[in-house]
Amino acid sequence: MYDGRKIIPGLILFLGLVTYPVWHNLASGKSNYVPKPKLPTDKKECIEPKEAIRINHKTLLEDWRNSVVRNAGKTYVAYNKKKYTMSLNRTCMNCHKDKAEFCDQCHNYAGVTNKCWDCHIYPKQLEEKQS
Amino acid sequence: MDIDRRGLLKVAGLTLLGLSVKPGWQVFSKDEPAEPSPDAETLARKRWGMGIYVRKCWKEEGCRDCIDACHRIHNVPDMGTLKEEIKWIWKAPYENVFPEHEFEVTQEDYQQKPVMLLCNQCDNPPCVKFCPTRATWRREDGIVMMDFHRCIGCRYCMAGCPYGSRSFNWRDPRPFIKKVNLDFPTRTRGVVEKCNFCVERLAQGLIPACVEACKEKALVFGDLKDPKSEIREVLKFKTLYQRMPELGTKPKIYYIL
Repeated sequence: MYDGRKIIPGLILFLGLVTYPVWHNLASGKSNYVPKPKLPTDKKECIEPKEAIRINHKTLLEDWRNSVVRNAGKTYVAYNKKKYTMSLNRTCMNCHKDKAEFCDQCHNYAGVTNKCWDCHIYPKQLEEKQS
Repeated sequence: MDIDRRGLLKVAGLTLLGLSVKPGWQVFSKDEPAEPSPDAETLARKRWGMGIYVRKCWKEEGCRDCIDACHRIHNVPDMGTLKEEIKWIWKAPYENVFPEHEFEVTQEDYQQKPVMLLCNQCDNPPCVKFCPTRATWRREDGIVMMDFHRCIGCRYCMAGCPYGSRSFNWRDPRPFIKKVNLDFPTRTRGVVEKCNFCVERLAQGLIPACVEACKEKALVFGDLKDPKSEIREVLKFKTLYQRMPELGTKPKIYYIL
């Protein structure tokens, strides 16, 4: 190989630079970071099991939205036959009071943005605004 | 173990049957069906409408009770300028609301007298026809609904509405709302909004906020399909005016002079 002495160290250097974010995060322990959404302390039960909510909360909220706005349906029957009002503010945010401590924890981690709060107001936000 | 073709089929069949027990049980043991959302048929049994006593409205000059009540509960911003104004219910001078009326001799009696205006909740709403995304549609009980999630802000509906009932959010309205009502969303920049006949209050069995707020009882609300309803009693044997009935939109706001 011509210029092997230059090419091989160059390649190693290149690979090192390219993979820098990976091993930097490994070394600093950032790759082990797990988002920790703060759960309400006074309430024990969510409308659906934790696993189902984790995966499906987005479609659930979208179904609720369509149901309430377009079909005038307002009652949600959960897996255990309990009934809930389909409302982001009055049902979800009634327990998960602070968006920053709950929603944002995972959304920021996963780089997800949503437009819910452009219009809807969570209780805590109002407190901040009026105080 | 030796198993012949017949035996295998038997076992396989029984296994399949066994597997179907649980799903079958789940299907047939459904004791309580989910609460049905009020479907089209249920909604269509009603037809909401409003009557406005124009003269009762003149008793107290400068009264804004209905406007304030509506705009407060629906988080309607006060943008300050006429160009960006957002309104769900508002007033306009009589001669502008009913330009077709005769004013030659009655001019002094009527000029500059305010008349309440709001979305006419038409039976044949032009805004709905124009909306390219179906963000606005006519519900079976006659309320012309608006899905803010779906509105792309093209403002075709505003061009289509002959009553000027729709307003556009040119800017983020949040900073212009004095006191936010938590039970109703605000809007965002780039969506059209209008009176929704207090659909969220009707769902709770309440009457619209403007009707409730009016001290003079100048606004009457009710089910037009129910012959015993208050509104039908009020509309009986009265001379009624609608705005621009000649356009064929069939408005359901009646003015009683």
